Amino acid sequence: MNIPRQRATEQPPDIRAHNFSEVSGGFDKDTAIKEAGRCLGCKNAPCVSACPVGVDIPRFIQSLKQGDIGGAYDVIRLSNALPAVCGRVCPQESQCEGKCVRGIKGEPVAIGLLERYAADNADVTTAKVSLTHSVGIIGGGPAGLSCAGELLRQGIGVTVYESLHKVGGVLSYGIPEFRLPKSIVQSEVSRLIEAGALIETNVVVGKSITLDELRKKHNALFIGSGAGLPNFMDISGERLCGVYSANEFLTRINLMGAYDGRHDTPVNIPRTAAVVGGGNVAMDAARCALRLGADKVFIIYRRSAEDMPARREEVRHALEEGIELLPFTVPLRFNGENGVLTSVVCAKTVPGEPDASGRRSPTVDESTAFELPLDTAIIAVGTSPNPLVAANAPSLTRDSRGRITADENGETSIANVFAGGDAVTGAATVISAMGAGKRAAETIAKRLLS
Amino acid sequence: MSTITFTQQLNETTTLMRVKSPDAATRAKAGQFAIIQPDAYGERIPLTIADTDKESGEVTVIFQRVGRTTDILSKMSAGDTLAAFAAPLGKPTDFGDSNRVLIIGGGVGTAIAYPSAKSCRQSGKSVDGIIGFRSRDLVILEQQFRGNTDNLQIMTDDGSYGERGFVTDKARQLLSDNSYDLCVAIGPIPMMKAVCLVTKKFGVKTLVSLNPIMIDGTGMCGCCRVSVGGETKFACVDGPDFDGALVDFDELSLRNKAYLDRERCDKDNCRLYNQAGNQV
Repeated sequence: MNIPRQRATEQPPDIRAHNFSEVSGGFDKDTAIKEAGRCLGCKNAPCVSACPVGVDIPRFIQSLKQGDIGGAYDVIRLSNALPAVCGRVCPQESQCEGKCVRGIKGEPVAIGLLERYAADNADVTTAKVSLTHSVGIIGGGPAGLSCAGELLRQGIGVTVYESLHKVGGVLSYGIPEFRLPKSIVQSEVSRLIEAGALIETNVVVGKSITLDELRKKHNALFIGSGAGLPNFMDISGERLCGVYSANEFLTRINLMGAYDGRHDTPVNIPRTAAVVGGGNVAMDAARCALRLGADKVFIIYRRSAEDMPARREEVRHALEEGIELLPFTVPLRFNGENGVLTSVVCAKTVPGEPDASGRRSPTVDESTAFELPLDTAIIAVGTSPNPLVAANAPSLTRDSRGRITADENGETSIANVFAGGDAVTGAATVISAMGAGKRAAETIAKRLLS
Repeated sequence: MSTITFTQQLNETTTLMRVKSPDAATRAKAGQFAIIQPDAYGERIPLTIADTDKESGEVTVIFQRVGRTTDILSKMSAGDTLAAFAAPLGKPTDFGDSNRVLIIGGGVGTAIAYPSAKSCRQSGKSVDGIIGFRSRDLVILEQQFRGNTDNLQIMTDDGSYGERGFVTDKARQLLSDNSYDLCVAIGPIPMMKAVCLVTKKFGVKTLVSLNPIMIDGTGMCGCCRVSVGGETKFACVDGPDFDGALVDFDELSLRNKAYLDRERCDKDNCRLYNQAGNQV
């Protein structure tokens, strides 16, 4: 049996570069079953151990092989509260698919696309379970929703406090429609609400209510407030109009709908745009700029293309769409006229000694400086934990970088107050935050139910 | 969802709105703001809290109709719900250990300066006030200000009410005759900039409340970054109050115009304006 890895349908690059509809069409039933047939069903499945939430991958694929989509979904849902999201945004190549035995001599099983297929196509009926206890969850992003999903599964009630007017965190404000349709986020959230989750939007913990007040209302708390504070580079011209943090640019477009004409929140249409950074957020921002109508979009990255932390698929999609990568490049300063951005001055970098991550940290060669005329620059060089939650909670220990300190079970310096996701680790991935939310939920459940 | 409980046109362009939000009403202190989004398609804008009523659980905001969102808000009425209302955000005004405070409000900024007067008065400080408007028909909150100041001066550009002149003219006079240890100046950017130039000469520290464009109001987008003493600060979490002597007001003016072109060209097909560009 030598079936090649099945491909998902995709919008052609020249078409999708001008719309915000989802790029990947996923699998249809025949393709999904064919791809499921490639799974070897390993007993000692390395893919499972590489999954931050430990989805029983061979088992759900086994159900798919037999055409039992609902069964496959149920298996995934035992470990993963947001399968339709994870099937789309997880970096599978460095997790499950990276460890797939099929990948040793060929291409790994398309686990992400199979997960997405099961989540999108299963007929789901949420069983009503009676809930006991009450856990307060601060932040309605991946960590919080995953924590909520696991607690509800174990029969524990949850209230999710979200500072914005919509839940989802980075799934709502950050990841664009063409990669993760907002209707998918909505339906995942609806499933949690059907299971009994209470959601309170517009609650800014640390401002409109304090951590101490929430402790009195709930048996335990989970803080998944994320890493929402955008980092800037501290170079000249960063406050010119036309220079955005990726958070601002993406929030205008995704959360506030600036791209579709029905919404009031504006975004200026770029002609020439440059995005600084090499992660998924940088790819998202670059591809949004293109879809808004930019003639030319650059990605400025200080290391090599191979070093970019973005998902491989996102880099491939971006390059196919005509986005130009400027590797080994850093911005030195932004120039402007009357307060409005007109160009960025960049220089090339030379790879230096390997840093803690094993990647060679670049040094700047200023003699190579060149000027790139542009009207939009988007800074996607990372984010820091948002300090608001901890602001009025002095007993909540944080490290020098503002990250909340938590033990291996996610418990903080305050008893029965747990934390996880980017608020603890600094900016990372959706799935690692979900893993932390789930682990904390398991500890909370054990404690409350014993 | 927060519900509007009361609205009142204070004058042709200025609206007072009360919103039911018991948590915010209990907690809000002078200087803090609310993020308000009128409806699902609306923008999130910051409006400084003008007053609170702990008993009724209501928060008051006062705003001028200057663009699309304030226009939509001005047409809403009691019983309507807001798509987003998050408050209180930002840091409260820090009056330090000041004893004698001069509070200056310009135009609709008077509404934002009012909680400062009230707070200072309640903590036993001596409070002088100057409020300035273009003309008599734009005067707001006179009685409220009078009840919370030891000495209130009203200025109008055209002399149709109070004294003729700018708030800076009166400030110069009061600063010469009295010794203040703190000034709070809130109003249009040119006014705050001008007041700071005057108070600097007298060596009086001056707090200003900045009004950059915001989206989330919680430090997430960085749109509201302002230059204070040469450093980047986020007005939503580091402010909105800053030492006026350190603020780059010109940069703030430029940043606040970032979407003017966009707003102008959108008037053609926006749901508030008809084809001729007139309001419907």
